[in-house]
Amino acid sequence: MGEHFKVAIVGSGPGGLSAAGHAAVTGVSHVLLEQTDHLSDTIYKYQKGKLVMATPDILPLRSDMSFAMGIREDILQTWDDEAAKHVVNVRYKAEVTAISGSKGDFTLTLGNGDTLTCEFVIFAIGLQGNLRKMGVEGEDREWIQYQLDDPDEYADETIVVVGAGDAAIENAVALSKQNNVVIVNRRDEFARAKQGNNSLITAAIEKGELECLYSASPLRVEDDGIILKTPQGETKVACNRVIARLGAIPPRKFVESCGIEFPSDDPAALPELSGEYESNVPGLYIIGALAGYPLIKQAMNQGYEVVEYIQGNHVKPADEPLLEEKFRNLPGNPPVDEVIAHIQDSVPLLAGLTTLQLREFLIDSDVHTPTKGDIVFERNDYTNSFFSIVDGGVDIQVNPDDPSVTVGLGQGAFFGEMGLLSGRRRTATVLASQPSLLIETPRRTMIKLINSVEAVKRVMDEVAVGRQIQTYIAPGIPMEELEELIHAVQVEEFDQGDVLFREGDAGDCLYLIQRGSVTVSREIGGKESVISYVAAGNYVGEMALISNAPRSATIKAAVPVEALRLDGEKFQQLMERNPSVRELMEEKYRGRMLENIESTKQPQAGGIIQFLVEQGLGEATDVLLIDEALCVRCDNCEKACAETHFGQSRLNREAGPTYESIHVPTSCRHCEHPHCMVDCPPDALRRNPNGEVYVSDSCIGCGNCERNCPYGVIHMAAPQPKKPGLLQWLLFGRGPGPGQPDAEWLAAHGKGGAKKAVKCDMCKDIEGGASCVRACPTGAALRVNPSEFFKIVSQGR
Amino acid sequence: MHQSILVFRNYLYLKWALLVVAVAIGLYVLHDPAYGVANGGTWLGYGLGTIGALLIVWLMWFGIRKRRYGAASLSVEDWLSAHVYLGLALIFVATLHTGFQFGWNVHTLAYALMIFVIGSGVFGLVAYLRVPDLMTRNRGGATLDQILQDIAELDAQCRDMAMSLGDKINQIVLHAAEDTVIGGSFRQQLSGRDADCPTIAANRQLQDLAASASTAQSENLRGLIALMARKEELVRRARRDVRYKALLDVWLYIHVPISFALLAALATHIVAVFFYW
Ligand SMILES: Cc1cc2nc3c(=O)[nH]c(=O)nc-3n(C[C@H](O)[C@H](O)[C@H](O)COP(=O)(O)OP(=O)(O)OC[C@H]3O[C@@H](n4cnc5c(N)ncnc54)[C@H](O)[C@@H]3O)c2cc1C
Ligand code: HEM
Ligand code: HEM
Ligand code: SF4
Ligand code: SF4
Repeated sequence: MGEHFKVAIVGSGPGGLSAAGHAAVTGVSHVLLEQTDHLSDTIYKYQKGKLVMATPDILPLRSDMSFAMGIREDILQTWDDEAAKHVVNVRYKAEVTAISGSKGDFTLTLGNGDTLTCEFVIFAIGLQGNLRKMGVEGEDREWIQYQLDDPDEYADETIVVVGAGDAAIENAVALSKQNNVVIVNRRDEFARAKQGNNSLITAAIEKGELECLYSASPLRVEDDGIILKTPQGETKVACNRVIARLGAIPPRKFVESCGIEFPSDDPAALPELSGEYESNVPGLYIIGALAGYPLIKQAMNQGYEVVEYIQGNHVKPADEPLLEEKFRNLPGNPPVDEVIAHIQDSVPLLAGLTTLQLREFLIDSDVHTPTKGDIVFERNDYTNSFFSIVDGGVDIQVNPDDPSVTVGLGQGAFFGEMGLLSGRRRTATVLASQPSLLIETPRRTMIKLINSVEAVKRVMDEVAVGRQIQTYIAPGIPMEELEELIHAVQVEEFDQGDVLFREGDAGDCLYLIQRGSVTVSREIGGKESVISYVAAGNYVGEMALISNAPRSATIKAAVPVEALRLDGEKFQQLMERNPSVRELMEEKYRGRMLENIESTKQPQAGGIIQFLVEQGLGEATDVLLIDEALCVRCDNCEKACAETHFGQSRLNREAGPTYESIHVPTSCRHCEHPHCMVDCPPDALRRNPNGEVYVSDSCIGCGNCERNCPYGVIHMAAPQPKKPGLLQWLLFGRGPGPGQPDAEWLAAHGKGGAKKAVKCDMCKDIEGGASCVRACPTGAALRVNPSEFFKIVSQGR
Repeated sequence: MHQSILVFRNYLYLKWALLVVAVAIGLYVLHDPAYGVANGGTWLGYGLGTIGALLIVWLMWFGIRKRRYGAASLSVEDWLSAHVYLGLALIFVATLHTGFQFGWNVHTLAYALMIFVIGSGVFGLVAYLRVPDLMTRNRGGATLDQILQDIAELDAQCRDMAMSLGDKINQIVLHAAEDTVIGGSFRQQLSGRDADCPTIAANRQLQDLAASASTAQSENLRGLIALMARKEELVRRARRDVRYKALLDVWLYIHVPISFALLAALATHIVAVFFYW
């Protein structure tokens, strides 16, 4: 039997380390188990010289370890010193592989077979997971590596890169500058990678800069090379180094094997915890990134707190001041606990949350206290936050033409969910109908919540279905009247390219697109041609229902789609009872008939729509296009972008595909559901009321968004200094010229340093709008909203 | 897809320019010079001269405005459309100002420079209107870099294939691979051709060789010729692309420096007429 401790802490990231430090300082018997041979592996792996941010600024640090904004190396050094000073009992190379037992008597098994026992377990293993290995004999030889920091370190070697994802491609291409590189791809193409990387690697292979073995996989490693299985049989590739980039195994499986439950299968789901970070397994605590707190300071605070809780001290969480600050303006200045209890009582949607979840929810949210008549948001705003009514109520102006038609919502209701679901503009203006207390929650927090609390998802879905039908299909019809239809609604999901229905099928239902967009195509001359495009918030399939004829066109998902399937029969009954619904449908029907006739006169339009949809425009809200028949290739657009954005152009004119004379340069499309937002620890990617997706100042430079954007339009860069004025350059030659980079500065600051994410912000802070478009001398550059643009194209205007 | 700078804003700036021209001609016709001949010394001369000089300064200011990125005023397209039409209107204003009195002096030098700048501007305008479309079609969806890469790859393939075909052919292929220039001197860029292009020469030589070779040999050569022909096609395409780009750029190297010369001559002209007239 191994040693026994009061607390075992698994993982020495900021969370675990802070917990161990506090245990050491307060004299609690403890062990800190770390699978690598150094502390805090996640931070250890940051890029050399990275500036580590201590966001959020207002959150105080509560830990025996110190932490402030600084360079990665300094922070790690400080932690090493402090761990030694506090005599933290850390055990390296101690990967925990299993946890069994229960509170008071847990047994932990380590990778080498050792076991140890403890009363409490603190789980702080973060979200990075373990690098996936090749799973073959010899995979651990010292010349085999599973990550790569600096490709320039290697020269004149033969290197085998295994993998076909973005990391493998980027590494292989970078290494091929100085080395002889062979990339091993299990499949026969690089479909898993981003488009930009896909063309990068294909070009490199074509040029012969590196060699690619397709449909090949590692079998075993020998002293001087790697044996691969290929379609031609076994082959040996002699090499100096193997770099396998196979991604990471997310820690969730392991966590679940310890008995911890997740509320849903969604990757965004978080384990349910008590207000004191205890999981469903009593005595087993979870903190840090794994618990859903993605920043260092939060993890450190929790490390401290959890050790206090284990000792029975119910200290107030360190984020208390944040909440106090939020509630400061509430009348009567009530204490935080009271406000939280009141919110939980008043808003049924939030009733099922644990205190911890609710606190987190509130920390991310804003509290508003509008008085009667104050506008909460306006129709066509592009905000995507979610509102709950704690006190008071609001009026929703449902009719764009007549603001006096309103629907009221009272205490406990919520609104704003449609923008969240569709990723599109607000469909109505909302104003306070009396003095109210509203909570505004950002999109990311809401998505996390929906995926972590089943009840929230259910209630939201139910309400959203009704409201969408009322908004888009049956305006002015009371909810009771729609009840029967709503009950029969099914939410269906389609992947990109899936068919919702086919031309010639019997029409037995109507689809309301809740999220994503679809293309409409018809068979013309034996060939399927796209005739138009339908965005979220619209429906398809009404033509067959009205005319009782088979489907007149094929509908395909342009991007992943969620659609509400409305039963045809029930819908026809609704139309019979409500002539206004019928009229609306018929009007739409006639409009579409006309559109179809028009579009057959524009045969080339289908090709353009098809091409643009392939470029991902189906999920764009605003995209930069270049008319190559007008573009004189002066690159003034790029220069304008750089000049107005700290010397860094966020668009690449030349890159990107061209169809006929329409060119799609590499530039942000301001997606309806921005992929870049998914994994941003400080939630720095935001959407403006006008629709721009931009990076706010709170970016910590982690690079997740750069990886997550499928269109390759985010870069990590440090801002260049301001240039001397134009006339100074013209008359005295001071500074770099307009549109030129600051070469001197770049040479001095090019690598490392405080890089942050930069991307197109559509010049939201510049009067007059997008600089690229305004700087184009010939009017070749234009920014368009895809659905409007598609309409123009298919109507030939 | 949408409009060129000429049609821009439904010919708004053309209308402005026509107004300027109409006013200039109208005044010229109305006015009755004291000594019988129109010239820059009359009230009309001074008036038109001043308008002309202001126009020139304003036309040159475009170079500054173009580089004031992010400026909130009108878009650069507005500026260019106006620049073109008002630049052309200047011909009328200035010519009427001179009263057709030309001679071998600094005044006429200024006038000549102006015409030269305007002429180069017209060249540029035509290039801007015509070349982009030609360029797009010539590229066929690829970028110049991609075309160059394809050429490099064809070179490698040609050399592989030539390996087994003897010294002479190797020589030809090597020469074609190493000494084919795309771009080159400014004149070559503009012409879009290379009179002694090794690739084109290689193609011809290979064909001659194939014609005179034995059947077995010519069989081998055929593959090489196909590759070389493809390369020649790409080389021509790349040269055309370079040529188009040069056409889009070249006139600005005349337009702008001569503008400055014009400004200097104009200043001299004005000083001269005030002091020595
Ligand atoms: C590139 C990048 C940049 C970032 N920049 C910042 C920043 O500037 N500021 C900021 O506040 N946040 C930043 N973050 C986020 C921050 O790194 C995380 O929030 C933080 O590291 C989470 O701490 P943690 O203690 O929960 O887990 P981690 O730091 O991930 O630590 C987990 C530890 O557990 C170990 N471990 C895992 N499994 C086992 C096992 N089975 N047995 C034993 N040990 C195990 C790991 O080796 C690791 O050392 C960044 C993240 C990334 C990826
Ligand atoms: C403020 C602006 C200007 C003033 C005050 C001005 C003044 C004059 C005067 C006084 C004359 C008569 C000279 C003479 O009869 O000998 C003249 C002639 C002339 N000006 Fe200007 N001028 C101006 C702008 C211009 C411009 C913009 C041009 C064209 C580029 C121009 C080209 C000429 C020419 C070619 C003549 C005829 C010279 C000749 O008579 O031999 N001037 N100008
Ligand atoms: C005397 C008259 C003119 C002067 C002084 C003048 C001056 C200038 C200047 C200074 C620029 C800026 C170039 C740069 O910085 O890139 C410019 C650009 C240009 N001019 Fe003129 N110009 C004149 C007349 C004309 C005319 C008559 C035309 C066309 C008919 C014309 C067409 C253009 C064009 C197409 C550009 C390039 C715009 C761009 O690429 O951004 N110009 N001119
Ligand atoms: S950065 Fe990428 S993912 Fe984010 S909105 Fe722009 S195109 Fe979409
Ligand atoms: S904006 Fe991008 S780089 Fe910055 S913190 Fe968010 S995900 Fe990381």
